[in-house]
Amino acid sequence: MWKIRWKLTVRGLAQNWAVFRESRVGMLGVVIILLFGVFGALWPIMINTVWDPLVYHPVVGFDPMVLHPSPPTRAHLLGTDPIGRDILAQLMFSTGREFLLGVLSALITVVIGTVIGTVAAYYGGFTDTFFMRVADIMMLFPFIPLLVVVGSMVRLTFFPFAMILGVLGGFGGITIILKAQALSVKVRPYIDAARVAGGSSFHIIRAHIIPNVLPLSFLYMMFNVTSAILSEATLSFFGVLNIDMSWGMMIHTADVAGYLFDFGKYWWLWLPSGVAITLFCAAFYMVGRGLDEVVNPRLRKR
Amino acid sequence: MVLPATPDMPDADDAILRVERLSKYYPVSRGFFQRRHLLLHAVDDASFEVRRGEVSGLVGESGCGKTTTGRLIARLILPTAGRIFVDNADVSKIQGSDLVEFRQKVQMIFQDPYESLDPRMTIFDIVTEPLNVNGIGNLEEREERVAEMLSLVGITPPSAFLFRFPHELSGGQRQRVAIARALVVNPTFVVADEPTSMLDVSIRTGVMKLLAQLREDLGISYLYITHDLAVARYLCDRIAVMYLGKIVEMGTAEEIVKEPLHPYTRALISAVPVPDPAIRRPVPNIKGGLSKPINPLPRCRFYERCPDARGVCADQNHPELKEVSGGRFVACHVL
Ligand SMILES: Nc1ncnc2c1ncn2[C@@H]1O[C@H](COP(=O)(O)OP(=O)(O)O)[C@@H](O)[C@H]1O
Ligand code: SF4
Ligand SMILES: [Mg+2]
Repeated sequence: MWKIRWKLTVRGLAQNWAVFRESRVGMLGVVIILLFGVFGALWPIMINTVWDPLVYHPVVGFDPMVLHPSPPTRAHLLGTDPIGRDILAQLMFSTGREFLLGVLSALITVVIGTVIGTVAAYYGGFTDTFFMRVADIMMLFPFIPLLVVVGSMVRLTFFPFAMILGVLGGFGGITIILKAQALSVKVRPYIDAARVAGGSSFHIIRAHIIPNVLPLSFLYMMFNVTSAILSEATLSFFGVLNIDMSWGMMIHTADVAGYLFDFGKYWWLWLPSGVAITLFCAAFYMVGRGLDEVVNPRLRKR
Repeated sequence: MVLPATPDMPDADDAILRVERLSKYYPVSRGFFQRRHLLLHAVDDASFEVRRGEVSGLVGESGCGKTTTGRLIARLILPTAGRIFVDNADVSKIQGSDLVEFRQKVQMIFQDPYESLDPRMTIFDIVTEPLNVNGIGNLEEREERVAEMLSLVGITPPSAFLFRFPHELSGGQRQRVAIARALVVNPTFVVADEPTSMLDVSIRTGVMKLLAQLREDLGISYLYITHDLAVARYLCDRIAVMYLGKIVEMGTAEEIVKEPLHPYTRALISAVPVPDPAIRRPVPNIKGGLSKPINPLPRCRFYERCPDARGVCADQNHPELKEVSGGRFVACHVL
């Protein structure tokens, strides 16, 4: 039984993959994400073999042999930052954490959004109105400035910050999109059929509505990774996050030391992390676009 | 499944389903600024019954309220007025464990087999769902039962279909799966809502024969909904003819087809091709199509299209259903 179900799942994924592969944008996104994955996986290898932790540690490392910030050299391929830390090491170290932050907060967003969206669609009435008003507020409220204020009052560390981003997103616009989808599922005859079969509301939401909304949830998860990383970069740049190292933090470091005033001369302080943020966000967005063709087959050419 | 005896029911008669003055009105809004209270009388004061072990047909044009009636009986929606009794239990009042029992006793086969099966479920999951949600049997027993049901409805060999998805099946196969699913909990009463109308003409007969066979074998009572009198005649013992939410005529299939009384039924009959050229029928041509019964005028619903209409029909309210002979009912002022 489980073997058969596993086979079916694999076959389903393979079919979706076949459709996804047709999307060039989506495939490019996948390739970029894989490259980032390899890049991030290199970090523990490098620090344990080639790189001396005293020199190359992304937070407390220091190279006493050169003046900082040092432009790219053989020892420091992407140069060093104003306080003597290796830029390439910082970039590599941060990659894994960007993945973690993006995926974790997007996952929280999508789980909350899916549950609220389907429940609001199924029950309608007050539940629906309440969550839709909350979503309106979430969408209109300027959360980045608010987090800047909050972040300057309390210490926002990595995990709490990922959670806050995830939860704020989950009550936001995604509930409206997923509710609309759930509403169209709710009126399908197979929902009536499930009720005639004796299915409870819980059963219908869990076994029919959520599985039929899930592809869209997954699609929006990709876009949420992008927005989580962008929020993190923005807030790090303002220096309100209590995160020791991230791509946004690298730019922040250059900024507080005053080097961004001559950004042409000190390009290695901001360009690598800036490119990383842009590429990483773009990659997840592109995967989302590719998935769109799997989820909404009417976009398919054939 | 053994049903508990109901000795406290004084008239435990031979009707499995009794519908009494059933109405379902939907509020409708026309245009953005119009605030007038408009009601669409989807089902309007309809009464009929289905006897135990019989197949009753509910016949009428598309949009006359057949599906709404079926959904009311299956308790997918609640009536605006009137009552429905299944096995002498008032369907609208059923709650708790009685509702669980009702959900096994009464099943529904839907019109569109492309829509009534969840596209993300395997055939096995679809057919076991009623067992699953009611906690009937363990996995092994369910597998056995599903295989048994699939062979019964002609999906053979079952093992070749268990882990397929609905989109991998033809329309006829899907409707057979939907039938297997409806019957897997041994229902006593089934509402079949135009189960063949969405299928290719070539496979309709097969599905109809299957339904007739199952009725013989399993002794299930059906309410068979169709817009096609010829189908109703083939499958049903009794026929109720519906027009704009009203039952206009009732009787045995034989009586309705051979000797239609109501002007609307006569019009329907004239639309059915007759195999025997010796049978000659008057051809009352009815004008126009079916309108929507939104806030209908207090007169015969069929007035606008009726070839026999007279003054009395416009002046008086819609005629009540009257028994003209044993078990034969007609709603017409003129008859
Ligand atoms: N949920 C609903 N809301 C508003 N009007 C409805 C609804 N369901 C059915 N109707 C209307 O009720 C009438 C009867 O519909 P239906 O029962 O589906 O007819 P049939 O099955 O005989 O074709 C139609 O005019 C239809 O538009
Ligand atoms: S009551 Fe009058 S209008 Fe209505 S069906 Fe009879 S003859 Fe026609
Ligand atoms: Mg219908």
